[in-house]
Amino acid sequence: MSKDTFEIGGRTLTSRLFTGTGKYGDDGVIPEVCEASGSEVITVALRRVDLESATGNVMDFIPEHMQLLPNTSGARDADEAVRIARLARAMGCGDWIKIEVISDNRYLLPDGYETVRATEILANEGFTVLPYVNADLYVAKALVDAGAAAVMPLGAPIGTNRGLKTREMVRILIEEIDLPIVVDAGIGRPSEACEAMEMGADAVLVNTAIATASDPVMMARAFGRAVRAGREAYLSGPGAKRVLADASSPLTGFLGGAA
Amino acid sequence: MSFYPLMETYAEGLPDARFDDFTEQDVRRAINRTTATVEDFMALMSPAASSLLEEMARKASRLTVQHFGRTVSLFTPLYLANICTNHCVYCGFNCTNRIHRSMLSLEEVDAEGAAIAATGLRNLLILTGDAPAKTGVDYLEACTRVLNRHFPSVSIEVFAMTEEEYARLVRAGVDGMTMFQETYDEKLYAVLHPKGPKRDYRFRLDAPERACRAGMRVVNIGALLGLGDWRRDALLTGLHAAYLMHNYPETDIAVSLPRMRPHVGDWEPATIVSDRDMVQFLMALRLFLPRVGITISTRENAEFRENILPLGVTRMSAGVSTAVGGHADETSGEENTGQFDISDARSVDEVCAALRSRGYQPVFKDWEPLFETRGEGI
Repeated sequence: MSKDTFEIGGRTLTSRLFTGTGKYGDDGVIPEVCEASGSEVITVALRRVDLESATGNVMDFIPEHMQLLPNTSGARDADEAVRIARLARAMGCGDWIKIEVISDNRYLLPDGYETVRATEILANEGFTVLPYVNADLYVAKALVDAGAAAVMPLGAPIGTNRGLKTREMVRILIEEIDLPIVVDAGIGRPSEACEAMEMGADAVLVNTAIATASDPVMMARAFGRAVRAGREAYLSGPGAKRVLADASSPLTGFLGGAA
Repeated sequence: MSFYPLMETYAEGLPDARFDDFTEQDVRRAINRTTATVEDFMALMSPAASSLLEEMARKASRLTVQHFGRTVSLFTPLYLANICTNHCVYCGFNCTNRIHRSMLSLEEVDAEGAAIAATGLRNLLILTGDAPAKTGVDYLEACTRVLNRHFPSVSIEVFAMTEEEYARLVRAGVDGMTMFQETYDEKLYAVLHPKGPKRDYRFRLDAPERACRAGMRVVNIGALLGLGDWRRDALLTGLHAAYLMHNYPETDIAVSLPRMRPHVGDWEPATIVSDRDMVQFLMALRLFLPRVGITISTRENAEFRENILPLGVTRMSAGVSTAVGGHADETSGEENTGQFDISDARSVDEVCAALRSRGYQPVFKDWEPLFETRGEGI
């Protein structure tokens, strides 16, 4: 397990739990959450970053070793996402960007078409693009072609804590897409994060479930452990990875060859 | 499209006795529903729910933390002018009231903006009376361009406009609008607004929808509770918000719950909306629309505002002066020119300290402007 790392955008990561910065009652708890979770990647909504503020800027609380993953939360189409990404880079937030394009404030479901469009533009500009999408094979394939660095399918709608509702679709992405698959959104409990990792996801992103827990630091630690447990279970080889239809013919097996 | 025909349908089916038909069982069912129906919303607003407020509170609190976290966005109003051509019987700006009338020059707007920005606030709500000849769209456009130097988010609470006028302001940098219908009761509305452009009920009712179409990011609606039957107005406010959320999913819809406050003038509200009533409406709204923004102004006192925080509130005003020029010049005579009296006169720092002491994070900036002119060259 000591060398179980993975790579995104040229950075080698040892932790497979990504965390967030939204919804905390006090941003001052973020450093403790980062430490307890062991996370190395943290998302931040650029719309909340206020570099002009003398105090209380969320960026002040993000430990230096963390990989910053600014997101385009608030973007309603590709053009807005591209502009937010460029602003993030101009503000010194680095080249990683999580694309969120959502024009439906009721369900907060991502717009696949606009996400692909934004990914293509930003990947061409040298960004490390991590797009948040529905668990859809065709969108994921288009993202590969567009130059994404990873694909982040939702487990359930953002903030719902409903768990891995898209299990079967995520499984297909894990099997078919040759990019890191990071399950993003919907995971509400450590056991659900563990399940995603057991299935073979490369990482999970958890914000609401940690930030809104009564004890966010303890919950962050629980998620960190659950993600490691799930990963170990996956690596220990519980069963065949592929779940395609089995071509064997049990009824004619006695003939000594495939029917 | 318009909410009007839908509203008429609901209004026709709403004789006063209807709210009394619901039982505690109806309310319990509504509380336990994953997605509340219109019927559930009515049950939650009914007298039968008053004995189940604690159960409603637990769910409202859980839903609010789940969707918004322990955060509250702060903003403050800036009164640009109090000149008004309307005769609203309940408003201090009523053109027949003898108060000192003024409007800020762009230099004064800049000074007010700088004074407010120094408190840390980044979200500003600009207000005027209804006087298109003096404080019309051109004036608002100019003020917005000045204020965008200090604030990433500028919203308007002004007279009802056409879609093109809203679109002009969006292009100038306005990203939110607030429009209070005052009362959804069309007959009462006519009585309360005897003269002036605001008399046009339908034009006002459809204003939030025009703002959505014009590209406003946040549209905030509300009824002035106490003008008419509060249950009826509260219900139609919630249904109006649901209508807008359904038809304009790209817009963030929010609801304010203002109660009548003392003002310059001698009109008294028809009904007194108690704290208990207000809390019931707040929680019913949260259970009906878990993702809707809910705004509480400084019309409410500090203690009440803090107590209702966990029940659904997502936005609050702070450091408020309702006087024209009241931020840069504290001697500008609030008692003579304000639209109404505030109940929570705490400074921004004091409000923030109170929020933090209750485990909530005050959020100053929740939007990054994306106007083409600002994005150029990046």
